[in-house]
Amino acid sequence: MNPGFTWNIVTDFQWMWSVPSMVNAFRGGFVVAIMAGVVGWFMVLRKQSFAGHSIAVTGFPGAAAAVYFGLSATLGYFGFCIGSALVIALFSRGGDSGAGDRAHSSALIAIVQAFALALGALFLSLYGGFLDSTSSFLFGDFLGITSTDVLTLTVVAAVVLACTAVLGRRLLFASVDPAVAAARGVPVRGMNLVFLVLLGATVAEVSKFTGSLLVFALLVMPAATAQVLTARPGFSLLITAVIGVLVTWVGLTWAYFGNQATGFTITSLAFGCYVVAFAVRFLRAQLSDARSTLEHAEAVA
Amino acid sequence: MMDDDENTSGAADPESAVLCLRDAAVAVGGRRLWSGVDLTVRAGEFVAVLGPNGVGKSTMIKVLLGSLPAAAGEVTVLGQRPGAAGDRIGYLPQRRNFDGSLRIRGVDVVRLGLDGDRWGVPLPFSRRFSSRQRTADERVREVIELVGATAYAHRPIGECSGGEQQRLLIAQALVRRPRLLLLDEPLDSLDLPNQAGVAALIHRICERERVAVVMVAHDVNPILSYLDRVVYIVSGGAASGPAAEVITSDTLTRLYGTPVEVLRAADGRLVVVGGPEAPALHSDRHTHSHSDRHGALR
Repeated sequence: MNPGFTWNIVTDFQWMWSVPSMVNAFRGGFVVAIMAGVVGWFMVLRKQSFAGHSIAVTGFPGAAAAVYFGLSATLGYFGFCIGSALVIALFSRGGDSGAGDRAHSSALIAIVQAFALALGALFLSLYGGFLDSTSSFLFGDFLGITSTDVLTLTVVAAVVLACTAVLGRRLLFASVDPAVAAARGVPVRGMNLVFLVLLGATVAEVSKFTGSLLVFALLVMPAATAQVLTARPGFSLLITAVIGVLVTWVGLTWAYFGNQATGFTITSLAFGCYVVAFAVRFLRAQLSDARSTLEHAEAVA
Repeated sequence: MMDDDENTSGAADPESAVLCLRDAAVAVGGRRLWSGVDLTVRAGEFVAVLGPNGVGKSTMIKVLLGSLPAAAGEVTVLGQRPGAAGDRIGYLPQRRNFDGSLRIRGVDVVRLGLDGDRWGVPLPFSRRFSSRQRTADERVREVIELVGATAYAHRPIGECSGGEQQRLLIAQALVRRPRLLLLDEPLDSLDLPNQAGVAALIHRICERERVAVVMVAHDVNPILSYLDRVVYIVSGGAASGPAAEVITSDTLTRLYGTPVEVLRAADGRLVVVGGPEAPALHSDRHTHSHSDRHGALR
């Protein structure tokens, strides 16, 4: 169905963008990558990757249930992801104190995740036999993205990004230094709740692209890569967004010409970026070590 | 102790005092932790809250911050009820080390102390045309220089040593020019040279910036020579007053119920020495319970 990659980039892209669903995928991918990058950056900083993963997994039964009841899968993703985010935020103890609280939270998150997967299995069996879309729920299906989907994605992303920008410094403060932030009047628990809901909405969107299992490709990897490269918050967020968009677009192209699932291509590329970033940091450290040894030697001599 | 005379003379006057406790008591979960604490702190004074662990020294800080109500007595902070003067108080919680994976620079953490409770995000490149941004940058740079952290303020804070992190956190607490600094065990988990360095820094801040400091500590020795006033809390009792009056062999022995000696070293400094069983008083620490026993009333 797809023509082969000819290395004639211009014709290749003309060919690819003559398919409307591919154009939608590129548009939607751009929006999703930026939103996932920004929200994921805070998630990595707050060490809430496990919560993010569990919220993503609840998207799977959400989508399955929605399809079973004849609703749109998007609705299922959003309902279940935001719902589980609320459960995790409301029933875990404040995230600002000791290891005991963290242990309690992680147990709660694991319980939510296990129950979600059980529900997913239930809806699959209710549906009778293997749901065709199971694989797309789990690993993503970019060709199914319609113009309406892109519009929904853009609206949700605009709301999520606007909320994140308004919370801005307060969210950063509550994430980096909860005890002092609380003493300065930042409602740390409230921040956690709002952030997890934003995370739920983000995860629901990303799930459409990468599937429930591989949301981390866009949520964690660009942010983690940027945080390896720099410790300046603003610059780090910028790198996150750029990496996210690049891996999504290149991943879509690869998926189109190589007949692969986007879940696989985008994740592999993001992983590649992370490995390269680590190598860069390692080399940089070695280089500055060598330089300081040299300077030291010169100073001694 | 430079203006001890001026500070100790006259009755406690809540108007001019930075901090005033009268017959204050605190209960947590129905259990009375301490009671009968009288304390007046004025600008530029260095006050220590001392005592073994688990007696509620940190709850004193919580009462002053307004996050825990006093069970009895009267508490006034900067002329208001506790919690009402939040932006003029610098607070350093019991740490809490930033772990190595946190990729945020020290300067960012200090900056959060300045405007981290504001909504929104600073616009990119705004320091080119916003004088408020430049003033803020300047204040952050200045306070980092004050604590002597300029050399490592641009490194990720997780990669800084415990003493470096503590200095940056003191800068964070100071960045808004507070009139009162509440420090909860800032010397905990620092090695001896760093304890001495940070203690001297806090003393310098008291004198130079006229900030009143209330510091919770379980080891009095690194700060003993700087203290104007102390509050000793032990289970069931408390004593407060000028350091010279409270830190005596008699008072401490009575409070602890175990022989404690206050000695004068050859250079004139006081040293508090506990009896052989003194460390047992401190054995209920939940963190670092073995590593810093040396910190107990040596």
